[in-house]
Amino acid sequence: MTGPRVALFATCITDTVYPETAKAVLRLLERLGCEVDFPLAQTCCGQMHFNTGYHDHARPLAQAYAEVFAGYDYVVAPSGSCAGMVREIHPGLAGTGPAVERTYELSEFLVDVLGVTDVGAYFPHRVTYHPTCHSLRMLGVGDRPLALLRAVRGLELVELPQAEQCCGFGGTFALKNAETSTAMLADKMRCVQDTGAQVLTAGDNSCLMHIGGGLSRLRTGVRTVHLAEVLASTEEEPWAAATR
Amino acid sequence: MDDARGEILARVRAALADRPAPAAVVRDYERSRSVPDPVGLLVERVADYKAIVHRVAEAEVPERIAERLAARGVTTMAVPADVPGPWRAPGVTWLPDEPPLALAELDGVGGVLTGCAAAIAETGTIVLDAGAAQGRRMLSLVPDYHLCVVRADQVAVSVPEALARLEPVRPLTFISGPSATSDIELDRVEGVHGPRTLEVLVSE
Amino acid sequence: MGGRNPVTWLGTPSFPKAAHDALGDTQLRRNLRKATTTIRGKRASAVAELADWERLRAAGAAIKDDVLANLDTYLVRLEEAVTARGGVVHWARDAEEANRIVLDLVRAEGADEVVKVKSMATAEIGLNEALEAGGVRAVETDLAELIVQLGDDRPSHILVPAIHRNRAEIRDVFRRRMAEPPASDEPGDLAEAARRHLRRKFLATKVAISGANFAVADTGSVVVVESEGNGRMCLTLPETLITVMGLEKIVPSWPDLEVFLQLLPRSSTAERMNPYTSVWSGVTPGDGPRRFHLVLLDNGRTATLADRVGRQALRCIRCSACLNVCPVYERTGGQAYGSVYPGPIGAILAPQLVDDPHDEQAASLPYASSLCGACYEVCPVRINIPEVLTHLRGKVVEAKGKRTPEAVAMAAAAWMFADARRYEVAQKAGSLSRFLARDGRISHLPWPGSKWTSSRDVPAVPKESFRAWWRRNRG
Ligand code: SF4
Repeated sequence: MTGPRVALFATCITDTVYPETAKAVLRLLERLGCEVDFPLAQTCCGQMHFNTGYHDHARPLAQAYAEVFAGYDYVVAPSGSCAGMVREIHPGLAGTGPAVERTYELSEFLVDVLGVTDVGAYFPHRVTYHPTCHSLRMLGVGDRPLALLRAVRGLELVELPQAEQCCGFGGTFALKNAETSTAMLADKMRCVQDTGAQVLTAGDNSCLMHIGGGLSRLRTGVRTVHLAEVLASTEEEPWAAATR
Repeated sequence: MDDARGEILARVRAALADRPAPAAVVRDYERSRSVPDPVGLLVERVADYKAIVHRVAEAEVPERIAERLAARGVTTMAVPADVPGPWRAPGVTWLPDEPPLALAELDGVGGVLTGCAAAIAETGTIVLDAGAAQGRRMLSLVPDYHLCVVRADQVAVSVPEALARLEPVRPLTFISGPSATSDIELDRVEGVHGPRTLEVLVSE
Repeated sequence: MGGRNPVTWLGTPSFPKAAHDALGDTQLRRNLRKATTTIRGKRASAVAELADWERLRAAGAAIKDDVLANLDTYLVRLEEAVTARGGVVHWARDAEEANRIVLDLVRAEGADEVVKVKSMATAEIGLNEALEAGGVRAVETDLAELIVQLGDDRPSHILVPAIHRNRAEIRDVFRRRMAEPPASDEPGDLAEAARRHLRRKFLATKVAISGANFAVADTGSVVVVESEGNGRMCLTLPETLITVMGLEKIVPSWPDLEVFLQLLPRSSTAERMNPYTSVWSGVTPGDGPRRFHLVLLDNGRTATLADRVGRQALRCIRCSACLNVCPVYERTGGQAYGSVYPGPIGAILAPQLVDDPHDEQAASLPYASSLCGACYEVCPVRINIPEVLTHLRGKVVEAKGKRTPEAVAMAAAAWMFADARRYEVAQKAGSLSRFLARDGRISHLPWPGSKWTSSRDVPAVPKESFRAWWRRNRG
């Protein structure tokens, strides 16, 4: 019996800037028995355009998404905000359809569709988890990511204080209101550092780019690693710290 | 004056040109709740607001009124003219609000004694409706001390149950503890313009 | 009629600029953090006590939607009920008209001073200033409003307008402006000072002005929810009461209040019930004011109602929960929003009430959010604030046209994303960024990237995108 046919929606930022995350999703899903495809016609979900007010530019991207991803059992995205954009916003822009309805954020897909929390991962580091706003509030992924992390061997999970506070990214908000965004980031970084974690993980590379960029600027030594990379890591194929 | 009313109503109708048809109101929230001891809950919740509250037997009410007033050293009390006679305990000068007391008089009394129209156990609230034993609104407002007698049969558990017992067209005052404010650092402190001491006798 | 809508303050810079000044004020940030952190925790526990909270929220939203969808019917019904019980109803198309109506009513009473209960509607229309210009002094009686008024300050929160002031700052204001200053900066002493300061006014003033939290269309009953008893004083002691109320404050019938009297106190002050709620219907002989005027205020509400997405902002019951949980509000404070309605609700309501797509300051407000959604999560009437924010951003973009640098960049990005091959070419071009990088990080980019790199490094784009890797290995 073959597993479900899953399309990987890498999202534009992961495809371009964080290819290791997409490779991790691929490894992880294949390890769990899925048949994974990466339709090359995919680009972007249109979130930046939509959230900045360019709804007319977002619409064709939503239409393209519906076409590109229509023929699969599931679409999996390593991003709460892009999956949220597809499920919550695309219907209003371009109607709903199989691609929209079958789109899942990674942790939702693992826990709800594949029904696993122990994905056989090994990640011997002290880790804290930031629930990004869109996974938390738009999709309501709840504690699925934490359940997945708790099952990772060798991983020491430390709770992030004020975890549910926004990191201040917010897409073009980080540019349009750069100073407010930075003030929010400063508080988030303080909370991260207070945990003493070596690694901050989350389900969105956009937020991780923002927090990681701040942590790097301050030379804190805390690494930001996408949840997929933590879950893909095994004894045989451990996470390569050098990739980020 | 030109027709503001007509123009506003026309604007409303124009704004609703898309004829929005909102979903029906579903009232599946809990309209009534049952708790083992509503009076006990009321007493607990009123006390949470830093009001003083006592649970007393009905027959003891006059006695307890006298005792509480003596304990506070109150010598003059305003009352609605129709409070039960026995409530006017000896040893205190009672000023019935008939004919209506002047504002300055009210401002000078040691307190006011009233009954109530209903109480809400869950929220620790007493409701006055200017009906029997309550008098007009300013009576329970101007004096700095308010002693209120609540009968057990007046206690509703939830907000919806209490509202169902009330006449909306009467002047209503919902009282939950003494006057308070959250205006300094969003923290509640008691005692601003309304009565700074609220004392409640719940009789059963 | 007409003129500028005073809901936003003339001369306030657009949000990012105003936020810059606020962010530099460390005292302000400390005060806000303390207050909002306290109230967030309390609200969560007050709400957790009610197992049916989500059902109450849904009912609250549905009742308000019904009111909005049938507003004309309910307005007429309310007018009839208030009139039948001895009240007089007035209609005001805008701020100027409402102010004129109130001033004329006050003058007709021969009063040169009025006491006021805290009211967002009267703050929105700048009533105090209008009365002042007409020779009438308006005395604010709510503690926080009094702090703002005596401090010649501006409000920064819809429930606690002086939230940006801590106890020591409040004491200083009172010391400067009161005949009998407070004994200390203990909240109890500050409250005592306010009591003494206002007592005589309450007992002697003939005209009071209030807002309304709710008005019941069926019965004409008006509701004011408060804490201190200053509301009761104003609603009960004077001979004449003038209430200014936004059109949307209606609920259809009395039982509807069973929903809102549960939603509002727990969401706003995180109490099971606020200390005092007053309900009155017209005039009651022998009890309370002898004359009652109700002013129904439009001032941009019907324009807001016309927007299918934006109209949900009119459900708002002004609880302020969205402000208290907002990460942007917590950092910038309320004055940065340049309006009596700050925070998330202000960001969606003020621009709609202003209703001028070319007003730069108002146009900056829908962008004053990271779209984190915390506001929507707590809103007791389920206003989808992020949805309205992005909708209003769409209107801003439309009004600004296609020629702004941002619009040009966005169009270019859309053109690139529209075709996977173009996108792939761009990815390769982007990997040029590696030449800018040191240790795989970029610390300085030219504008607008500099807005990012002022506080964050940028990861260098890797040599190979995932798509290129896939093509090489799996394609
Ligand atoms: S928008 Fe919602 S949360 Fe904000 S003040 Fe209005 S009712 Fe409260």
